[in-house]
Amino acid sequence: MSKTLAEKIWADHVVRSAEGEPDLVYIDLHLIHEVTSAQAFDGLRLAGRTVRRPDLTIATEDHNTPTLNIDQPIADPVSRLQVDTLRKNAAEFGVRIHSLGDAEQGIVHVVGPQLGITQPGMTIVCGDSHTSTHGAFGALAFGIGTSEVEHVLATQTLPLVRPKTMAINVDGVLPDGVTAKDVILAIIAKIGTGGGQGYVIEYRGSTIRNLSMEGRMTICNMSIEAGARAGLIAPDETTFEYVKSKPHAPQGEDWDAAVAYWKTLHTDEGAKFDTEIFLKAEELAPFVTWGTNPGQGLPLNASVPNPADIVDVEERGAAERALTYMGLEAGVPLKSIKVDTIFLGSCTNGRIEDLRAAAEIIKGKKKADSVRMLVVPGSARVRLQAEQEGLDKVFIDFGAEWRNAGCSMCLGMNPDQLAVGERSASTSNRNFEGRQGKGGRTHLVSPLVAAATAIRGTLSSPADL
Amino acid sequence: MEKFISHTGTAVPLRRSNVDTDQIIPAVYLKRVTKSGFEDGLFAAWRNDPEFVLNQPQYKDATILVAGADFGTGSSREHAVWALQNYGFKAVISSRFADIFRGNSLKGGLLTVILPQDVVEKIWGAIEVDPATPVTVDLEAKNVRLGSDIYPFELDDYTRWRLMEGLDDIGLTLKNIDEVTAYESKRPSYKPKTLPARS
Repeated sequence: MSKTLAEKIWADHVVRSAEGEPDLVYIDLHLIHEVTSAQAFDGLRLAGRTVRRPDLTIATEDHNTPTLNIDQPIADPVSRLQVDTLRKNAAEFGVRIHSLGDAEQGIVHVVGPQLGITQPGMTIVCGDSHTSTHGAFGALAFGIGTSEVEHVLATQTLPLVRPKTMAINVDGVLPDGVTAKDVILAIIAKIGTGGGQGYVIEYRGSTIRNLSMEGRMTICNMSIEAGARAGLIAPDETTFEYVKSKPHAPQGEDWDAAVAYWKTLHTDEGAKFDTEIFLKAEELAPFVTWGTNPGQGLPLNASVPNPADIVDVEERGAAERALTYMGLEAGVPLKSIKVDTIFLGSCTNGRIEDLRAAAEIIKGKKKADSVRMLVVPGSARVRLQAEQEGLDKVFIDFGAEWRNAGCSMCLGMNPDQLAVGERSASTSNRNFEGRQGKGGRTHLVSPLVAAATAIRGTLSSPADL
Repeated sequence: MEKFISHTGTAVPLRRSNVDTDQIIPAVYLKRVTKSGFEDGLFAAWRNDPEFVLNQPQYKDATILVAGADFGTGSSREHAVWALQNYGFKAVISSRFADIFRGNSLKGGLLTVILPQDVVEKIWGAIEVDPATPVTVDLEAKNVRLGSDIYPFELDDYTRWRLMEGLDDIGLTLKNIDEVTAYESKRPSYKPKTLPARS
């Protein structure tokens, strides 16, 4: 029978299937960080359980780590305890960990791919909703809560109900200045923050095929912002090429066997999706969010919408609240909005290609006096690579701050936060109220728009320079 | 886990949609390494506002939260469930929950009940008119009751059984651990391992 990609991966991982029960699904890789694991390890200890497969588990420190002075003890004692707890748990249960200062430390979703432990056809979980990032490799990857973290640690499986499948087809050539980030923001604006609930999304079409692995990761990363726990893209030569050079790529005969299997990982001709959506690349433009959820976005050339024009009562109310929170007036051109902070980083846009793209725009220029710019590489490895390419100098000469790796201002858990009323153009993934700091206002943008905005001080695309 | 069979209490109306987990509990409150004490972070930003519904004395003792659509979107933080439970909530009613939040809540024994939006609005109306209205969330009968009104809801039999028995999911899986071992013996050798470390 014809199957979708997601159905194939699912079928290959079902350990047990019984009438009236969820499927028991095997997990190939479990990624761990300091914020959602402590209580899970505690649960294991209380029950006298061990980690079943430390060799399929890896930990790093990212959410609650500083991006300055990382050679010193973490200043906030509560944060320090959380990071120390992860280190102790990793040592006690025999889990590999990459700590602050290690070249492989960084945002968990940047670390997995760069180590080559993210590969096609796998099931990958992490106590973080942006685990969907790994779907770019044709893996079924999704975020889980701490109870599930404990379940995976103890059993290397999860009881799961099979999701529905959705295809999002994007075809054609992207106009200049339009990136993977703009594609996914446009998708979320189209289907809404709940549009993907209960689904695994498969991104398809020529536009997706022509994206680099890093662009594909940006797309899959934000699947959760459309409500879908997982998003994936069928692996192809681009995928194989990317994985091949990584430390944990299969070797010798294993490589050949792996590629032979990976080549079967595509949706069969005639397979049915529960829902299909179509977008034309030519119609897309640089995108920016104006509200307080990632679905409240528009092309940068548009104006702040008027809630009175929104028919749906619920949506109208949400738009009114969002404009109040964001301090915006209906009808104002988005490009006239002044920002004071630029954040370039996160698991959405903190990889080397993102840094290169932004550096290309700002090279030889100076930032607007009115803005501060934080550049936070997604991992220590990305930071080292950027320094080898001299990108750090480009950012520093521009007037930006060159920081160490981590989640940083994406979620405002460490000291990198917006102050009340501050407004950012951010390459991250969530513009929720207070996400980047209490009272902070976030506009989600691509690295290109972030760079152009840093130069002009108002929301801008490179075409405006 | 405590068994959940039926709960009767008063309910608080949260007339907002798209309440994301950053609103339920902001990241700065996620630093604790325990499962308790998160009630101070629940809806932290909104609770600064004296008008916010949870700050109103008539809803002080409510144990059921009745929220707008798409409750619990965003981050996978189970701290959101713990914060609601630590505060005293036993059940949340909404017309739609985000997938990860819903999974977390049902693992942890916070019953999330899906009712149609028009029913949610009827309940909002009733508990705004009389905040002392007793509301029953009955998992055994799979319905929500206020006064003479009865609203049935769906929940799969497996999850319902697990909640009513207060069963530990891990314990259930460990009963079938031989099947996991059998599966593992057939996993291909090309699947990556994190150990020994390569870099």
